[in-house]
Amino acid sequence: MGYTLNFNLIWRHFDKLWGGLLLSLELAVISIAIGILIGLLLAVWYVSAGRAVRTVIAAYVEFIRNVPLILLVYLVFYGLPTVVDIAYSAQTSFIATLSLYSGAYLVEVFRSGLEAVPRGQLDAGKAIGLTPWQRLVHVRLPTMLRITLPALSNTFLSLFKDTSVASVISVPELTYGAQWINFNTFRIVEVYLVVTAMYLLTGYALLFALRLVERRFRAAH
Amino acid sequence: MPIATPANPALLDVSEVSKSFGSVAVLRSVSLQVTRGEVVTVIGPSGSGKTTLLRCVNFLESYDSGSIRIDGREVGFRDTGARQRRSERDLAKMRAETGMVFQSFNLFPHLTAAGNIMLGLRKVRGKSSTEARAIAEHWLGRVGLAHKADSLPAELSGGQQQRVGIARAVAMEPKILLLDEITSALDPELVGEVLEVVRSLAEDGMTMVMVTHEMAFARDASSRIVFMADGGVSAAGPPAEILGADIDNERLRSFLARFRASHF
Repeated sequence: MGYTLNFNLIWRHFDKLWGGLLLSLELAVISIAIGILIGLLLAVWYVSAGRAVRTVIAAYVEFIRNVPLILLVYLVFYGLPTVVDIAYSAQTSFIATLSLYSGAYLVEVFRSGLEAVPRGQLDAGKAIGLTPWQRLVHVRLPTMLRITLPALSNTFLSLFKDTSVASVISVPELTYGAQWINFNTFRIVEVYLVVTAMYLLTGYALLFALRLVERRFRAAH
Repeated sequence: MPIATPANPALLDVSEVSKSFGSVAVLRSVSLQVTRGEVVTVIGPSGSGKTTLLRCVNFLESYDSGSIRIDGREVGFRDTGARQRRSERDLAKMRAETGMVFQSFNLFPHLTAAGNIMLGLRKVRGKSSTEARAIAEHWLGRVGLAHKADSLPAELSGGQQQRVGIARAVAMEPKILLLDEITSALDPELVGEVLEVVRSLAEDGMTMVMVTHEMAFARDASSRIVFMADGGVSAAGPPAEILGADIDNERLRSFLARFRASHF
């Protein structure tokens, strides 16, 4: 029990953690942005397409949902370039993986959101002479986004935590920064205490901000 | 009772329309003609096909046979013989010629009262935002809601929402207005304000087909009443005749008797 806490070495290398945190946020933001695009496109396609397309989209969703994220990260970073002739950085590879990952979850979120838009509103859109595209853009999507906003913030929070998986392919995000400090200083307790606090505080701050946005939307509707 | 003549052709001409949901026939060869400026009320027990008929008129629902013409143009099909459905774009254009007010209001929840009215004006009628706003304000004034232009549907009472629903429909200047049990979802004390708006539209000469259970209103405001039973038109005529004591139609008599027993 001779272990005494010493945070000095952590503070000396704090730039690794701070830079890591910013990169984690960046990875999460870029991935959810692409994920939202994938999710929206596929969800709209799903509800308006025939059986074949639905089956393909469902297969994508099921594949992603049933394979652990870490495995997907390995597959895309190590597996794909050995089969196909492409090269990318670890960071690009991780963003691609996380985007596909969040996209699959968001297809489900958006699809059920689209289906939850009351029939009557669509009838009203038809009755004033809106075309199918106009009904989608001006009636269905706004209501769907309002319905799905809480699920969207939850997905973003999960993604922020999931960026820690990028450490396994040496993307210098927050968890990787922590490992680096641990290997170089052996202050394992201190560094993981600090990093846990950083994830926690950032997560709370994000949650608070997102709930504010949700409340504004709810008040405005 | 205005009858369609070559000099006064029917604005709405429903001819032998039939429709089934599976094995259940909801419309059995329904024919109905409505001339310009007429207010036709459709009454009948629930399940008699009133609402379905109304929804067929603007092709919110398709039908199996027969034809529905507005101003001489077939609503849902390009070619009645081959029953070739119009493209969605064409259907949208045809639907813009009719206005519809719904039992459950169906306002767009993310748009203000004015925004609800402006959407169709801008996207379908191609009005500028300023023009659309002016028209929206005019109609909100007509329904007594000038002060609520910037309120969201959730901030309005049922009666107010329904008046916005009416304003949204008439602002598009439809040839014919379809009213589908528009007071059925309202608290009794809010019914009057909505019917008042309908009455003033009738006075303006708006052609209307309405499904309602408000018999007193139907008697006062309609030029003609159509009684539907089991998917068919069972009786039609001026209010005094249809709602009179000496009508020679057993089904209508028993419908009205049951109706009076439950409402008075």
